[in-house]
Amino acid sequence: MNRSVGGVLARPEGPAKVTGRALYVADLRVEGAWVAGTVRSNVARGRLLGFDFDPAFDWKRVVIAGPEAIPGANLVAMIVDDQPLLCADAIEHFGEPLLIVAAETPLTLRAALAAIRPRIEVRPAMLDMEASEQLFKRIAIDKGDVEAVFAAADGAAIRVLEGTYRTDTQEQMYIEPQGFVAWPPDANGTIAVTGSMQCPYYVQKSLMRAFGVEAHNARVVQAATGGGFGGKEDYPSVLACHAALMARVCGRPIRMLYDRHEDLAVTPKRHPSRVRHRTAVASDGRLLAMDIDVLLDGGAYTTLSPVVLSRACIHAAGAYRCENVRIRGRAVATNHVPFGAFRGFGAPQVCFAVERQMDRIAVALGLHPVELRLCNMLRRGDVTATGQVLEHSVGSVEVMDEILARTKIDRHPWRAQQTGNVRRGLGLAFFFHGAGFTGSGEALLKARVAVELDREGCVIVRSASTEFGQGTLTMFTAIVAQALGCDARDVIIADADTQGVPNSGPTVASRTCMIVGGSLQKACAELLVRVGPGPAPFRERARAFVQRGGDSQIEITYTSPPGLAWDDATYRGDAYPAYGWAADVAEVEVSLDSFEVRVKRFTSAVDVGKAIQPQMVEGQIEGGSLQAIGFAHLEAATMKHGQFQQNRMATCVIPTTLDTPTFDVALIEVPFEHGPFGAKGVGELPMDGGAPAIASAIEDALGIHMDHMPATPERLLEAWLAAHPKEEL
Amino acid sequence: MQRPRTLEQALEVLARATSSARLLAGGTDLMVEFETGRTHPDVVFDLWGVKELRYVRAENGGLRLGSLSTCRDLLDSALAREGADLLVLAADEVGAEQIKNRATLGGNLGTASPASDLGPVLSVLRARVRLVSLRGEREVSVDDFWTGYRATQRANDELIESVFIPTCPRDERRGFRKVGTRRAQSISKVVVAMALRVDGGVLQGVRSAAGSVAERIVRLSTLERALDGQRPSRALVSDATRDSARVDARPIDDVRSTARYRRATLQRVAEGLILDLAGIEGAH
Repeated sequence: MNRSVGGVLARPEGPAKVTGRALYVADLRVEGAWVAGTVRSNVARGRLLGFDFDPAFDWKRVVIAGPEAIPGANLVAMIVDDQPLLCADAIEHFGEPLLIVAAETPLTLRAALAAIRPRIEVRPAMLDMEASEQLFKRIAIDKGDVEAVFAAADGAAIRVLEGTYRTDTQEQMYIEPQGFVAWPPDANGTIAVTGSMQCPYYVQKSLMRAFGVEAHNARVVQAATGGGFGGKEDYPSVLACHAALMARVCGRPIRMLYDRHEDLAVTPKRHPSRVRHRTAVASDGRLLAMDIDVLLDGGAYTTLSPVVLSRACIHAAGAYRCENVRIRGRAVATNHVPFGAFRGFGAPQVCFAVERQMDRIAVALGLHPVELRLCNMLRRGDVTATGQVLEHSVGSVEVMDEILARTKIDRHPWRAQQTGNVRRGLGLAFFFHGAGFTGSGEALLKARVAVELDREGCVIVRSASTEFGQGTLTMFTAIVAQALGCDARDVIIADADTQGVPNSGPTVASRTCMIVGGSLQKACAELLVRVGPGPAPFRERARAFVQRGGDSQIEITYTSPPGLAWDDATYRGDAYPAYGWAADVAEVEVSLDSFEVRVKRFTSAVDVGKAIQPQMVEGQIEGGSLQAIGFAHLEAATMKHGQFQQNRMATCVIPTTLDTPTFDVALIEVPFEHGPFGAKGVGELPMDGGAPAIASAIEDALGIHMDHMPATPERLLEAWLAAHPKEEL
Repeated sequence: MQRPRTLEQALEVLARATSSARLLAGGTDLMVEFETGRTHPDVVFDLWGVKELRYVRAENGGLRLGSLSTCRDLLDSALAREGADLLVLAADEVGAEQIKNRATLGGNLGTASPASDLGPVLSVLRARVRLVSLRGEREVSVDDFWTGYRATQRANDELIESVFIPTCPRDERRGFRKVGTRRAQSISKVVVAMALRVDGGVLQGVRSAAGSVAERIVRLSTLERALDGQRPSRALVSDATRDSARVDARPIDDVRSTARYRRATLQRVAEGLILDLAGIEGAH
């Protein structure tokens, strides 16, 4: 019996990676290639007046390209055409690219970059999102009548509670910095790039605009990619265009590899947020009205902020039932480096806010946090803030039951008085995360995948969905092998090359398994019908089918499950085909001398629909939770004069093994009928719960309500001293 | 780049060195300075090959550590574990294993970082630095050796030859605590070393030093004076550490932490260390 789905498959790319044979972009030997680097603004806002070139440098040794060298539009093609590839006049953020410089060797390049000084007229920068009036996107979600409930609030039967919650930015810290190699146009005028990326077709789109070429003249090939976490969703479009521009100007291949410092300084990170909650609750804890205001700092250009805001707003009311909801969201412009995609995509910020607000309500009403959540959690048949009736694959009760069984947090006296130098706490977060693109996203995208057989009866899978450490190749292999009943070794996944694979969409949004994997399962079902049944193994039947001239080429275009409806104008309807459901419990110790938080144990109960590869799903949950733990208490991320301060690995700390708790992951499978073998998305979900669970555990330990993430020792000390002024020095 | 292989060769090349020369021991600091463009020396003397400076040996009345001894060497040395216990604890806090394999005692002293993990311990252990040059040799206490922010009294032609750590009193109690940005591979926010004896219920020989709380490693002399010869009580320790954190520390806000956090944490950590060492329960 085939156990590809639900079993453990070897990772197809594993041997090459562990033996060092996998070729990351920095490993590529490209004959005749020069190296290129970037001249950047050193201020957050200003006007570019020109450049001073040090006369002591021999400028014949380098090639320089500015915006005038761009043959097409000087734009980073994304959602809105507002970001130049190379700034020609108005500088909007620190590190904005101004010129590309190429040289034969890195040493020459370094000397040349040091010998160019941009002349900039400095202008006052807008660095406070709350003061910014320049909007990238506004979203309104309305359900019921919030005002009528607030008007009826009497402070007894109906109470109103308010809270303001903030999160700082966060760096993805993928292990491999961003990089590209580009080749000059060939005889057919085709530009080719290869590099570290999540989304080959996004890069292709940006090349087409910048160079004014058709799709077949812009070839994008993914190199082995060392992590992304969303950080390689949009920025590779910028870097690929820079490298391709210089390749065109030089007439030779160009390598452009960021070192860690440059990568940290100029690539997009998580959106800082400020979320306000005003909640009307009945004395028994029922949520009667939720009024939520979401503000995201988008940075200097639109990039992906509208869609990050969209996911943030849809998740802002949490996984709770409430008849009256008003959500107002804004993503605003500042002169920060543009913020972008990072695992969770707006949801971790609002999940933190709503879960903290739930704890605040619990304290005010004298309820246990578990009790309040049990009273309000969305269950099958309930209606979300956008009016979506939850009918399919709703694992809310199952994950809550499991987390209570494993942690018994419902019997833990929360915020009990403690003594001693080390205080202990438990905290809960309950949450959901929509899988796939928001609203009509998938319907508009029409993702395509293809399968076919080779002469040996092996199955070739073609999609643009990329492997960057998270397990796409293994997951696809499992789905195909299970669907066809073939050996996993007979599944060949084609390279992510825009000339060889159809556009299955970007590898983002927890969509690769549910959406692309779902299409793959359908394609395989059809292939199986064509090949036909028989007692022989699939590969033999497939080989015979090909040899007798059978047509094995099948391409599937994704169609949304029937009955889904979404209105982009009113933000009403079915926001996502399905949601992943989860509950986390964090167990922490906080030392009262240093206020360092030690996360001892982290328990997650997660409904993923179906775990295609359980071991990898557990890895995703542990890894995502650890990123959330870093976000919660460790990863100080500060901006000064528009610059990210922690711009080296020495200062941009992420958890080490010693900072990692014991994980306990419970996989719950409430199948989604339109996902492959019942699977939903899991990539982003585990990023959402860690911060509020830890904040809640800290509150249990110290009796202090932290409303700003990360809860660094510095912030905890200040909060403690505010509550214990006698301890002030 | 010049690569002397013996102490004699090293002293000869150093004799002509100017202030724009840099000495490379393990390179764990200097390589970062090169990468960030903070240093542009005319010449670099790579001392890594001077193997005769890499030793740990017992000497009359103490322990002598060659300046090229690495953190890993200290961790692996039974002599060091016995004769310089706190130093070994501190060496274990330095960086990743790769860094421990290259980071040297002499390099650490020469860099004179205020955030040095080894610094407060060397100070508390009464370490003496032996400087040699073709002109001769001299020995100074580490407290005098450091003169300010990343500054030492080493002359251009001098080499840090070794460090002498006198044998600690048999009944001395010692403690070390580093508060970093995370639990491993971190740069300290506050680092404190403490030594004291309890003699008939009275504190004696209190020595304490801290890192990351001023422009250099500082002795917590206010605390030492307040406690020496006293019967310890929670109130006394609390007052002494408070005064010390106010007077001896000169912390700043930077990318890793805040001045307020450093001052408060210095007080709280020092208080906890003293109460622990003196056998008094419950810091808070």
